Amino acid sequence: MSALVQLKNVSKTFDVSAPWLNRVIERKPQTFLHAVSEVSFNINRGETLALVGESGCGKSTVARLTVGLYETSTGQVIIDGHDMKASNQGTDAARAMRRKVQMIFQDPYASLNPRWRVADIVAEPIRTHTLIPDGPQLDKRVAELLGLVKLTAKDGEKYPHQFSGGQRQRISIARALASNPEFLICDEPTSALDVSVQAQVLNLMKDLQREMGLTYLFISHNLQVVHHIADRVGVMYLGRIVEIGDKDEVFGAPKHPYTRMLLDAIPDLHMTGKARTPVAGEVPNPLNPPSGCAFNPRCPKKFEPCDKTRPQLVSFAGRQVACHAATG
Amino acid sequence: MSQPLLEVKNLHIEFPTRRGILKAVDDVSFAIAPGEVLGVVGESGAGKSLTGAAIIGLLEPPGRIAGGQILLDGKRIDNLPYEQMRKIRGRQIGAIFQDPLTSLNPLYTVGRQLVETITTHLELSESAARDRAIKLLEEVGIPAARERVEHYPHQFSGGMRQRVVIALALAAEPKVIIADEPTTALDVSIQAQIITLLKRLCRDHGTAVMLVTHDMGVIAETADRVAVMYAGRVVEIGPVADVIHKPQHPYTVGLMGSIPEFESKRERLIQIDGAMPRLDAIPPGCAFNPRCSKVFGKCKTTRPNLMPAASSSAACWLHERSVA
Repeated sequence: MSALVQLKNVSKTFDVSAPWLNRVIERKPQTFLHAVSEVSFNINRGETLALVGESGCGKSTVARLTVGLYETSTGQVIIDGHDMKASNQGTDAARAMRRKVQMIFQDPYASLNPRWRVADIVAEPIRTHTLIPDGPQLDKRVAELLGLVKLTAKDGEKYPHQFSGGQRQRISIARALASNPEFLICDEPTSALDVSVQAQVLNLMKDLQREMGLTYLFISHNLQVVHHIADRVGVMYLGRIVEIGDKDEVFGAPKHPYTRMLLDAIPDLHMTGKARTPVAGEVPNPLNPPSGCAFNPRCPKKFEPCDKTRPQLVSFAGRQVACHAATG
Repeated sequence: MSQPLLEVKNLHIEFPTRRGILKAVDDVSFAIAPGEVLGVVGESGAGKSLTGAAIIGLLEPPGRIAGGQILLDGKRIDNLPYEQMRKIRGRQIGAIFQDPLTSLNPLYTVGRQLVETITTHLELSESAARDRAIKLLEEVGIPAARERVEHYPHQFSGGMRQRVVIALALAAEPKVIIADEPTTALDVSIQAQIITLLKRLCRDHGTAVMLVTHDMGVIAETADRVAVMYAGRVVEIGPVADVIHKPQHPYTVGLMGSIPEFESKRERLIQIDGAMPRLDAIPPGCAFNPRCSKVFGKCKTTRPNLMPAASSSAACWLHERSVA
């Protein structure tokens, strides 16, 4: 298998300084927020990589960097051999590459234009990339796309407000599929949905992946959902990947104490009445991260080097872990 | 079971609209004993939050209680005038809402908000109320409570804010707490902290809790009994272990099967096709019949009421058949 998507040492810094005049008067330095630091991974064709972590860990920023909604501060995003930075230059090759990458957003209420009919929403990527001229052929293609997500051609005449949350998310999926993409970035696609509707959408996404050979980057905070849909999992904490590897390896025998903690915190349906192990403490302020390993203030296995040097990702069988305490 | 602290009997909630009256909650009954946690689950629009709002008397017009009774300690509270209800709210029934940022006033320190609540309901001096506020913050696990009491809500993190909201709900030692999705806005690690806290406090104070959530996992850990709501009605109610391990209503079966789990090797999740009906188009008979895999003749014409099913109760004609 070849890697369709490659992230090489990708970092993103946001300038969150006070306005210039305030800085001058109050003599404050510029402040930068390191949202994502040195993230690297590959996604093979037809594979699903999921990123998990708590809010503020940078998983959505990675999604936006990958699709090109943010520009990387340093590092490279390479999709199918093309550097994504070049894709913002409007050349024909860049446009062709853009067509292959689509995104599904979390909130199906905010990501569909309320003034457009569903058929126009779904046809937009086709028109943008001038894949099919307007006419009966385009109508046929839109009907086909709506059929893929279990809606009917007649639904194309309606507006987004006439659909439920789950149906809207299916419209988003139809729109994402319209340009025949190879790679879909899904940022919390089911977080806004009820659990029975979530099951419909997850089943649909799995079916589509199998039928069309799609590659997914799946962002979620829900570990059970990730376990269900992903082949490989990356766990993020404060902008860095702390553990990444095969789903069964990472969830079956987590090596990073943070992964362990996240897994222990999941409510267990089969242990009614049993108290969960609460994770102590909270995610630190990313503007002022702790020295050494960012997780050290909450870590039960903390020892000498943890607050001094930052652990690098080290390879073990089937995974990589950034922890001083990790052993083979 | 001991004398219930909170009892809801045949509650109906309606929304009059230009196109007719919408029944959002339709004939809902349950009771909660002291120290008991009743979980109420269901999908968005099932009527679970409305039921909670009706109990604390915060139903927003045009919504109105169209029938039934709500009893607190054996006394009716659903027909009380506004001022009297205001005294009960906070004093006897506390509320915790989903979003801790909107439940707190951003312009006042948390100490001031706590003191205001305490002095409104309890005969305490300003300084005694302040001491109590600090003690409450300590009880909900906020470190350095003596300093934090001077802070504003925006200076707290999400989990800490929800702790403040819980302290606020507990301020006057209410007998009943309505917790409406108290952990939904929180990360899973923080969620566990809040659940553990809520459970400990209820045990210590003997508070009856109605926990409204869509998260079965939270229910499994916290609740003693669980009521499953669908389209404004309770379709199944029973002890939490029974409902989770041996669900009796086809809707509960589907709901449980649609939760992704670590243990399961299922390639596909069980899905319930379709969506919950809109309030203006609730089908005749059982409201679940168009989505039900076990539908038969009677389901489409006659509406089932709760009937005994194994060790819980379910509103499903299948169980009538098994009895007969």
